[in-house]
Amino acid sequence: MFEKWKADFTLNFIDNDRWMMLVRGLIATLEITAVALIIGVAIGIVVAAVRSTYDKNKDEMKRRGTMSYYVLWVLNLICRIYLTVIRGTPTVVQLLIAYFIIFASSTNSLGVAMFAFGLNSGAYVAEIIRGGIMSIDVGQFEAGSSLGFHYVQTMRYVVVPQVIKNVLPALFNEFIVLIKETSVAGYIGIEDLTKMGDLIRSRTFSAFMPLLAVAGIYLVLVMGLTALDDRLERRLRKNER
Amino acid sequence: MNDDKVMIRVEHLKKYYNDHTIHAIDDVSVEIDKGEVVCIIGPSGSGKSTLLRSLNLLEMPTAGHIFVDGVDITDPKIDINLHRQKMGMVFQHFNLFPNMTVLKNMTIAPEKVLKEAKQEVDARARALLERVNLADRADAYPDQLSGGQKQRIAIVRALMMQPEIMLFDEPTSALDPEMVGEVLDVMKDLAKEGMTMAVVTHEMGFAREVAERIVFMDAGKIVEIGSPEDIFENPKSERLQDFLAKVL
Repeated sequence: MFEKWKADFTLNFIDNDRWMMLVRGLIATLEITAVALIIGVAIGIVVAAVRSTYDKNKDEMKRRGTMSYYVLWVLNLICRIYLTVIRGTPTVVQLLIAYFIIFASSTNSLGVAMFAFGLNSGAYVAEIIRGGIMSIDVGQFEAGSSLGFHYVQTMRYVVVPQVIKNVLPALFNEFIVLIKETSVAGYIGIEDLTKMGDLIRSRTFSAFMPLLAVAGIYLVLVMGLTALDDRLERRLRKNER
Repeated sequence: MNDDKVMIRVEHLKKYYNDHTIHAIDDVSVEIDKGEVVCIIGPSGSGKSTLLRSLNLLEMPTAGHIFVDGVDITDPKIDINLHRQKMGMVFQHFNLFPNMTVLKNMTIAPEKVLKEAKQEVDARARALLERVNLADRADAYPDQLSGGQKQRIAIVRALMMQPEIMLFDEPTSALDPEMVGEVLDVMKDLAKEGMTMAVVTHEMGFAREVAERIVFMDAGKIVEIGSPEDIFENPKSERLQDFLAKVL
């Protein structure tokens, strides 16, 4: 039994230095995830800011009849279309469209994947943050206003610090989803962790070890993210009884 | 228009909801003089909170005008944030910022809005905390305070902006009965110092003792307005008589 496992292990990981394939795959997966995460958070913050600023200020801006009302109205519409399209279509389809249609002339599939996953994640991050802003008691906004804060100051000093604390679990959940979702990058020829495991399987005709290794690596990555989330949440909880 | 004595003049204020089917405030006119304490009483749903919240435009009136120091703040061209700096507000549910310590709650607005020096603001905050007997809670977070403590902090937080008028929206309604007194005491002190105050309250004892004038509202209208004696000893309208029979 043990001998068979050892042979299996040697075949899949030691022969031809196949473990290096997993390392290269892991690096690709981490690169895509990291860049997509940054893009996603950036888009998410901007979209959430537009949507909630519009929702919270449209009446007042309309009353004042300022130009900014129309600018914000258009931006809000764009954001809503973006959210509808991204959340309404599968990630793999978006990835394929990005690679074969939008960036058809590009050979940088890694870059395309970063962009596609980032654009996708941004929609979910935006709604998480917007939900966090909406969950803040209206009294907090009123207290800010009554002290003479304008909207941006109320957001910056009062609302956003509370939002960050509230949305952290949901945000980390999205990061976890993202890291696993990059496993479809093989569709556009990227040799990410999943693809590499599958490549080993197709060369050694042995599925058990490479696929379980891949699953184990994802599990460790996610557990690391969860541990980071726990630490951050504990640190932000200092102002509670 | 610019009467030196008058702090706030409300003219024909109306606030309608739901396509004008609900009249929260229905043609209300009233004046508040400098240094005057006015209590607004009335049954729930009578529009008294809406009226108070209109005074710093937390509620946007449907029609009418509000003059503060002679300036019409309902004019869309007015920077309302500038006016709110001069009008302190205390809420029923305190609305302290849970992400900041007591001291930070008090100092953030003077620091960021009025651009005052941190040292100065800190000193002023500590002096105010001393006055409301909460000097030892400066570094506590709001979640660690009792309701009465929270409301006293909310009052001194508003005072940190050195407002010309203080608005109180049912400041003791969310408090346990044994904590009402400590908050009312702070408000009484404030009244004695000559602060202009508009107070929506269910505390009839406080209204009778502290208010110079009492406004009785019902169904969005001012039904009666007068001195505490007028209101409590000689209520003229049937609605006020009914109301007093229920609450006293």
